[in-house]
Amino acid sequence: MKRKLPHTVQEFMAYAWAMEVEAAERYAELAEQMDTHHNAEVAGLFAKLARIEGKHRDQIAAQMGWTRPPDTASFRWETPEGPETTDYGDLHYLMQPYHALKLAEHNEERAAGFFERFAAAKLPAEVRAAALEMAADEREHVRLIREWLAKYPEPEPGWDEDPDPPAGAD
Amino acid sequence: MTGMLTHADFKSDLKPVWCPGCGDFGVVNALTKALARMELKPENVAVVSGIGCSSRIPAYTSCYGFHGVHGRALAAGTGLKIARPDLTVIVTGGDGDGYSIGGNHFMHACRRNVDMTYIVMDNRVYGMTKGQPSPTTEPDWDSKLSPEGTGLREFHPMVVALSSGANFIARAFTGDPNGLAEVLVQAVRHPGFSFVEVLSPCVTFRPEQRDWKKIVKHDAIKPTSDLARAARRMLRDTGFELGVLYAGNRRPYEPRGRREARDPSALEARFTL
Repeated sequence: MKRKLPHTVQEFMAYAWAMEVEAAERYAELAEQMDTHHNAEVAGLFAKLARIEGKHRDQIAAQMGWTRPPDTASFRWETPEGPETTDYGDLHYLMQPYHALKLAEHNEERAAGFFERFAAAKLPAEVRAAALEMAADEREHVRLIREWLAKYPEPEPGWDEDPDPPAGAD
Repeated sequence: MTGMLTHADFKSDLKPVWCPGCGDFGVVNALTKALARMELKPENVAVVSGIGCSSRIPAYTSCYGFHGVHGRALAAGTGLKIARPDLTVIVTGGDGDGYSIGGNHFMHACRRNVDMTYIVMDNRVYGMTKGQPSPTTEPDWDSKLSPEGTGLREFHPMVVALSSGANFIARAFTGDPNGLAEVLVQAVRHPGFSFVEVLSPCVTFRPEQRDWKKIVKHDAIKPTSDLARAARRMLRDTGFELGVLYAGNRRPYEPRGRREARDPSALEARFTL
């Protein structure tokens, strides 16, 4: 974010919450896209990732005792989107679970780095402690995604070749 | 909750059929965020389009929509805004629809300066009809349908918009939906005809456009109300600089004549033989 660094735990956790909201919404959208293109396996995987991020979002709200969403209107990410949000452009209709999990791994790594930068910034001790805790959570997510990823070998080159391509003019 | 609408309230139940990876998903995302941020109501917004992949957008919002004929979205949008000035009118489409089939409408919509916003999702190709070169396709783009390229110089939409009288001109990128949403808020709020050129990759027919996210330059264009300065800025444009180019002060078009003529019964009486 173009921050306006958070000076309270409330402000910091609002950043974390906004990140999880955006990530959950995007995974849900990607699941719909894959479903539309009859890629049921990857659709299911993205839907699961959306549920996981939604759970993180709700955990933050519960932990903070929020009964209404925090005000994030003034938030601006430093990158085009939040660190845990998958770029629409990274999808392919023939992608496989391996590719989806690689995207998730990348997102979790960015999220961990995002919080680690907060933890290293000149911020009140309680904010830095919260940032360290969130960074540790994200590092744990990276580990879990890698475990999950181990179940799927990397597809052979040519996985994106379609014998009946949409580029019918070819 | 406060009862305010969120971007999800501006999405319809229909799921887009675009190819996964298509830039147009980012436009739906940004447009719905912008509408929510402006605290508009779906029933007070009309999204009008022509024909093409990107012109499917009206169906994917919960606003009023009109999916019209090829190249005529601006004509339909202009008529709607004149008849219903209370509505926020957003016209959408692609580079083929807007600059080729609808090219003449584009120039004259800029000239008329009716208070509406035109979003063009430019992927430099006709995607729906399987990959023919469009007016913004590079002259050397080699494909089965244009061997060795067309050899034709690209159309420059922002230059045409500037010289034709558009009152707000910007370029944005679908890979930055949050930035695009901010530009759309400015465009809709700016009086007169607002034109937003949106770089929107076609990953199916132009897979190399996946690299646009590495090429675009965010905030590289700074807004001005000085026409000459904006024109000079365009002389060194590469097509990948993002930002608001021009925010002018032209007075938006307002129809002259008797307002009561808009009453359907009065119109009917005038045309009764």
